[in-house]
Amino acid sequence: MQFSTKSKPKNDIPTASMPDILFMLLIFFMVVTVFKEFRGLPVLPPAARTTEKLESKRNVAYMWVDKFGRISIDDRIIPLEDVSGIMAEKFADNLRLIVSLKIDKDVEMGLVTDIHEQLRDAYTLRVSYATRFR
Amino acid sequence: MLINRRKRDDAEIPSGSLPDIVFMLIIFFLVTTTIDMDKGIPMQLPDRGGEVRVNPENICNVLVNASGQVLIDDDPAEIHQIRDILQSKLEARGRDTDGSWRLIVSIKTERQTSYDIYIQVLDEIKRSGASKLSIAEPES
Repeated sequence: MQFSTKSKPKNDIPTASMPDILFMLLIFFMVVTVFKEFRGLPVLPPAARTTEKLESKRNVAYMWVDKFGRISIDDRIIPLEDVSGIMAEKFADNLRLIVSLKIDKDVEMGLVTDIHEQLRDAYTLRVSYATRFR
Repeated sequence: MLINRRKRDDAEIPSGSLPDIVFMLIIFFLVTTTIDMDKGIPMQLPDRGGEVRVNPENICNVLVNASGQVLIDDDPAEIHQIRDILQSKLEARGRDTDGSWRLIVSIKTERQTSYDIYIQVLDEIKRSGASKLSIAEPES
């Protein structure tokens, strides 16, 4: 008579629901992924301790100014005088517009002031100086 | 005798390699995802409209020249000293009825001042707790 009733526990992880989990992750990454539309100009922003996160991406318009003083909006290099016209158009589309100024740290304040004046002409008064965390 | 020997096809898609395919897609999206937060120092530019008259005693002038030297109300200062100096000035002027500081900090630069120095000064002013800022036209 045999009394070998020691039951062997199954020692494999159930993998039946693995595809479901993976699909969920996949959907997350698909939704989160944003393919960059434009890259702007190579810019090294200054570092600051009071750097804050911008509240929402939806209301942000970007503007790049590199150390040679070139201004780029929407992947086009434009002269300084055209800034107010383009920004006024953007402001008409979205009244809560925030202009994120990605200005290189070697740019002189004269140009920055001229850009301020252009933005004031376009009535886009909410700006954000893009900075790095220090 | 059975003549109808048509074999029934197995109508199943093999799903054994489904996790592999999904893994590959996940890796693709993991690699391409860039979660970059927009960050910066928020600033409100002045309106083109009428000028607001303020008591000149409530204005603190911060002048920055092209070589990064700072003058606060005619006293020279270093950039790292700005915070302490402004804090004492803010305390000295006290608060308004709405609870905000009475003092208005006016930043004035030269046209040749670098943007980096301006941001450093602005950073120190923000750290001092001053909420009323004004950007003056630079001297050429």
